[in-house]
Amino acid sequence: MTKDFTTGSTYSRRDALRLMAAGGVACFAAPNLFGKPAFAQNPPTTPTGRVVVGLSQEPTVFNPLMAHTEVDDALHFSVFDALFRMDPKGVLQPNLAAEVPTQKNGGISQDGLQWRIRLRDDVRWHDGEPFTAEDVKFTLELVTNPNFRAWRTSGHSLVRDIKVVSPTEITWRMESVFAPYLSFLAETFMVPKHILEKEADPNAAAFNQTPVGTGAFKWAQRIAGDHIELVANADYFGEGPYVERLVLKYIPDMTVLYTQFVSGDIDLVDQAYITADHYEEASKLPGRVVTLEPGASVESIYLNLEKPQFKDPAVRQALYAAIDRKTIIDAIYYGIHKPTETFMPQNSYYYNPDLPAQEYSIDKARQILDEAGWVPGSDGIRAKDGVRLSFSNATTAGNNLREQVQQFLQQSFAEIGVEMTISNLPGAVMWGDFWLKSQFDSAISGVTNVIAADPDVTNRLHTSAIVAKGGKGSNTGQYSNPEVDALLEKGARTFDPEARRAIYLRVQEIVRQDLPFLPLFAYTNVFGRKEGLEGFEANSNTRVASWHAAAWHWKS
Amino acid sequence: MRGFLLNRLSQSLVLLLIVSVIGFVVLNLIPGGPLAQFGLDPSMTQDDLDRLKEQLGLNRPLWMQYLDWAWRLVQGDWGHSFRDGAPVLDVIGRHIFATLLLMGSSTVIAIAVGTWIGIRGATHRYSVFDYLGTVGAMVALSIPTFWFGLIGIYVFSLQLGWLPAGNMYTIGDGSALNYMHHLILPSIVLALVHVAIWSRYMRSATLDVISQEFVKTARAKGLSERRILMKHVVGNALLPMITLAGVQLPSVLTGALVTETVFTWPGMGRLFLDSLGYSDYPVVMGLLMFSAILVILGNLIADIAVAVIDPRIRLS
Repeated sequence: MTKDFTTGSTYSRRDALRLMAAGGVACFAAPNLFGKPAFAQNPPTTPTGRVVVGLSQEPTVFNPLMAHTEVDDALHFSVFDALFRMDPKGVLQPNLAAEVPTQKNGGISQDGLQWRIRLRDDVRWHDGEPFTAEDVKFTLELVTNPNFRAWRTSGHSLVRDIKVVSPTEITWRMESVFAPYLSFLAETFMVPKHILEKEADPNAAAFNQTPVGTGAFKWAQRIAGDHIELVANADYFGEGPYVERLVLKYIPDMTVLYTQFVSGDIDLVDQAYITADHYEEASKLPGRVVTLEPGASVESIYLNLEKPQFKDPAVRQALYAAIDRKTIIDAIYYGIHKPTETFMPQNSYYYNPDLPAQEYSIDKARQILDEAGWVPGSDGIRAKDGVRLSFSNATTAGNNLREQVQQFLQQSFAEIGVEMTISNLPGAVMWGDFWLKSQFDSAISGVTNVIAADPDVTNRLHTSAIVAKGGKGSNTGQYSNPEVDALLEKGARTFDPEARRAIYLRVQEIVRQDLPFLPLFAYTNVFGRKEGLEGFEANSNTRVASWHAAAWHWKS
Repeated sequence: MRGFLLNRLSQSLVLLLIVSVIGFVVLNLIPGGPLAQFGLDPSMTQDDLDRLKEQLGLNRPLWMQYLDWAWRLVQGDWGHSFRDGAPVLDVIGRHIFATLLLMGSSTVIAIAVGTWIGIRGATHRYSVFDYLGTVGAMVALSIPTFWFGLIGIYVFSLQLGWLPAGNMYTIGDGSALNYMHHLILPSIVLALVHVAIWSRYMRSATLDVISQEFVKTARAKGLSERRILMKHVVGNALLPMITLAGVQLPSVLTGALVTETVFTWPGMGRLFLDSLGYSDYPVVMGLLMFSAILVILGNLIADIAVAVIDPRIRLS
């Protein structure tokens, strides 16, 4: 999990589990229990100072419900609030809601279909209007408004019969049981009804350029192409904010992003963080705190399982055995990433640590292929039943570290009589239909599989998620295993964390055995900030470092 | 003059039409498109992507999308950015000041220094100065701007600490002095290449004029070298420079892709790169039309200026 310097809290993962199982009741008693750093005992009484956050992409989508990418989250988390917040330990904490609903506390009915959310009564929008259950209803309805360019509708599309019981209580019915919806709600920021209901076209609302939220920081101004300035919301209902101004600065080049961290122009490096090749130098910089934080993505070689080369499990096992992951991580990625056997983030409660470890052995790889009947032809490339073990590999062109990995793999695979050609494509081409509609042989990609901290991977591994076969989702490797399908369906209907854990541990076991993709490593991000910036905590369950700027303050 | 303008106008409209059709088709031929940025988002389903495609009107046939866009443009509606939803002209307006500031100051440096080097190189042909100027121009032209930029940042910002490492101004300090401090390095880096171009053109233009008969006549009349240079040579040598300035005018407003990226300058060049990266069709098309119009205007202004200055030329 995160390193000790950020967390003063002493509860363990087991405690976290108990909290999860006990629902939000315990959390309600101590709403600020989560992740409060020990040294944050003396933040200033009035917000003071300014923090400049560096981002390698420009936040441009300010309505948090509209289609956006992770870099926009940096703004949404500061200006808006969701009903719940996913803390660094993967435990849901109440935010605008007064408690996290569970089957135990009656917030969710035993059949999982009736939901009731109780809200805080002390929250105001930045313009002074009170936040009520009407705003929650409006938000949930806006997401599924067919004319609205919403980000995602999974989960939301199942919500029926929303009823505002009182200003602080709202209920609805789910069309079918969907346990991950709690996590979706942790990333669904509430928007003000009294402002947006007047707009004829929610896509073109003035609000989308100058957002009004309930969050710790208020919108101040935007210099397009350069930065966004936020100011402290003195009336914030939660902890903080302690800094007066929060600036999100866009720096379009990763090298320049790092240079400005060195020169002191930016106080904290957010997405896409410090590049691996700068880690060693950065960690020696005076006056800077540089740390390695586990990310949620896993870098893998995705195999298109509908291609005849990859249908035989022996081929996948042999390829996996032929990958020298240690050398790839140490020699190409400066040793910062961690080997992994699964798609699940390693600090997740649902991570399975007992999977068989990959062993690099060219001899074993050859042996597997020999035994499976793949015989080298006159050109040295193995073949069986007219299928040559030759395939192309694609990734984003210009990603030079990945290109080095490809060249390394090409040599390794050649040693076992497998031919891999490299054909890379520009990012916009690579991740369009080519990827989504499974037009590749094999691809290298860093993929985040979980949403918030929810372990549901239906969208990645369920048969119904294969777009190339008419499905809806992003199972681009076309993996299909009835047992996994059944487990995923069961997992999405189960609310109890312990019961879910058993399900997803088993899913990981099967997937490790089937090897639909070959995991290379779990990403580690290099975070950097100035010494004296306190209250910072990393949270791999969110997509940005600035997920809780409310707690930041400068050492006095 | 009137006939000339009408002729030019009709030519320009045809040109704009061709540019817009080619631009639109090429832009849409690039696979991926505006929704590719969501391809790796674990939570977006194909349903979501299909819905967005329809909402943005991207599922219509290409010719229909083009006609829709062109018809709106004719009516003065440049469309809205896919990224931040702002009107395209607003998006351009938000970036143009930064570019004007950077390109304006670097152009002033480039013209002043380039002209001086060019004239001096021509009048002192084969001198040490001339050789240095020639070699310097070759070096400046062959070394990539981003390298110059990064070296500049490394030396003057990180090592010496004299100049800021990019950005247009220090956040929280919007004083004119602060802007100027930030302007020094990028404008000089950008000017380097332009100085090289200007000095080469100016040198050869001056050499052309110096060998003309009227210069010999002036010398025969007994005019001082200084007077010949200022009154007869420079004026005539500057004429082709006006055309060059006209050709370069669009770049003053469309910006410098590389320099703006290295110095995190929020100008038009970066806007173009970012919009292209996100396949923000309305903004890319808007920038394309904007720069096409500038090219046409730049040439027109140059032609008129040359005619006004040089009475031998008649526009017809």
